[in-house]
Amino acid sequence: MMRSNLILLALVACIAALPNFGGSYTLRLGTIACMYAILALSWNVAGGFAGYPSFATAAFFGSGAYTTGVLLSKGVPLAVSVPAAGVASFVMASLLGAALLRLRGHYFAIASLSLIEVFRELVNNATDLTGGGMGLNIPLTAGSGVLADATFFFYAMWGLLLLTALMVTIVSASKLGFGLACIRQNETAANMIGLNGTLYKSVAFGLSACFVSAAGGVYAAWVHYIDPSDVFDILYSVKPIVMALIGGLGSPVGVVIGAFVYLGLEEVVWRNYIQIHSGVLGVLIVILLLFLPRGLMSLRSRILPWRTKHV
Amino acid sequence: MLAAQVLINALVLGCLYACIAIGFSLVWGVLNVINLIHGSFIVLGAYLAWGLYQSLHISPWYALAITAPLFFVIGYIVQRLILNRVITAPVLVTLTLTFGLDLILNNAMIYYFKADYRKLTLSPPMGSISLFDVIVPVDRLIATASALALTGVLYLILRRLRIGRAIVAVRLDRDAAVLMGVDVNSIYAIAFGLGTALAGCAGVLMALIFPISPLTSTAYLGKAFVVCVLGGLGSVSGALAGGILLALIEGIGSTLIGPAHATTLSFALLILFLILRPQGLLGRKGFE
Repeated sequence: MMRSNLILLALVACIAALPNFGGSYTLRLGTIACMYAILALSWNVAGGFAGYPSFATAAFFGSGAYTTGVLLSKGVPLAVSVPAAGVASFVMASLLGAALLRLRGHYFAIASLSLIEVFRELVNNATDLTGGGMGLNIPLTAGSGVLADATFFFYAMWGLLLLTALMVTIVSASKLGFGLACIRQNETAANMIGLNGTLYKSVAFGLSACFVSAAGGVYAAWVHYIDPSDVFDILYSVKPIVMALIGGLGSPVGVVIGAFVYLGLEEVVWRNYIQIHSGVLGVLIVILLLFLPRGLMSLRSRILPWRTKHV
Repeated sequence: MLAAQVLINALVLGCLYACIAIGFSLVWGVLNVINLIHGSFIVLGAYLAWGLYQSLHISPWYALAITAPLFFVIGYIVQRLILNRVITAPVLVTLTLTFGLDLILNNAMIYYFKADYRKLTLSPPMGSISLFDVIVPVDRLIATASALALTGVLYLILRRLRIGRAIVAVRLDRDAAVLMGVDVNSIYAIAFGLGTALAGCAGVLMALIFPISPLTSTAYLGKAFVVCVLGGLGSVSGALAGGILLALIEGIGSTLIGPAHATTLSFALLILFLILRPQGLLGRKGFE
């Protein structure tokens, strides 16, 4: 576990060198790559460590984007609004988690999916604050010039990714991570031996929402315009799952690699098949689940059988 | 009078909601799969009705007779070829798989039909009847009656036919059903086919009332979620109760606090129900 965490941090550190290699297109891709990695790593805390199939990522991404967007348009600086969105989301998700995480399996999946719908409609109807379906214009914050802007937001997103990776590393090495693994394997038994399951799950859910919201905030400031159907898109919930499935469930390094592989595929599809891009994404998901359900990392043990490890 | 109108509207809409949800509920109950393609199948059924009426002047009532067997076959094949391979996998995998299938079908519909809203307008229009100031459009009334009839047909299939009893047996206890000689894989495929056929028929009925667009599929799916959770899973009467309850809440909610909040209200209620009474109004505790 220790070694894979080191690999994860090294991988994140390598990405920081990206601005030296390309123009604003590369920076844009890099920013999205960091964002996807944050979403996937965060999802992995609830979905991978604790084994709760959460589809609520989009709800927290959207609420983070809107919290930051509203704060920014009220004149609060970015350096305050993004952490505020993260903290608010942590508190909200922990409280929601205490109630929702009592559900299991299909019921939890439906409840977390419905959370997106509730949040979207709330934002849609709070027209005075959020602009409703008209969307929200967010004032420009960063420095002057396209490239400077792109570099700024790349490093903002990268910084968040670093924080997320540190959080995941700390969680997986701590008592919390061990408790979550117990919950995943057998929740009833974990409760039986005196583990405070509700607390552990709530904290895990809060942590998995916190950085997603902050990423949503940076995204909002970066694109300057958000509307409910964009930031509360259910795809933000499904993409992290697909990334985690590409990489192999549970392993943080695998999840980050999955995010990058996914972004590469998505970019190729967007470039070549703009009209049918979501259909191609669907085909990709179906093929992945049918033929490679254990992810790319499982190929390693198939190609190099003598290195198979039992986790 | 307003109260009576709201009540009648809710009853009419509630039966349609039940019809939307019942196939979804069947698939969830029997196969233990949250079937996210359901909404897109409803829209596809609506397009079929629209196309048949537009090009061949086949009225939607006859379109039901074409839709049901066609969609049954589609559902049967999808289950046999694709879904059956992951049927024992955890919810994460099956749900994501049906989401992928939904992306494919929905994108195909956007590609062929475009995202424009269309409407099936019967000519001549059927008008409406009014009784003591309560106004009900006739096409809506007939659609509701058909929805009830479809629900009744499913009820009879599950109650009276051998295959229906086998479906119920698999739902109650899969392993025991296997021991009794039920071919579970074929029951799964038939149940999924039935669910798809009901989605298609619901789509035909929706085409009479609501505008048709691939973008409406998620709204139908959302209704199916709420109805299933409110009413309880896998029973015909539960879906009816859930559908009427949802329509009542939406109707009363939009009269009292404005139509914009109807969706928020219904989903908030869904989460509340999940936490407090996950077995639904008419569901029984004990089996999932």
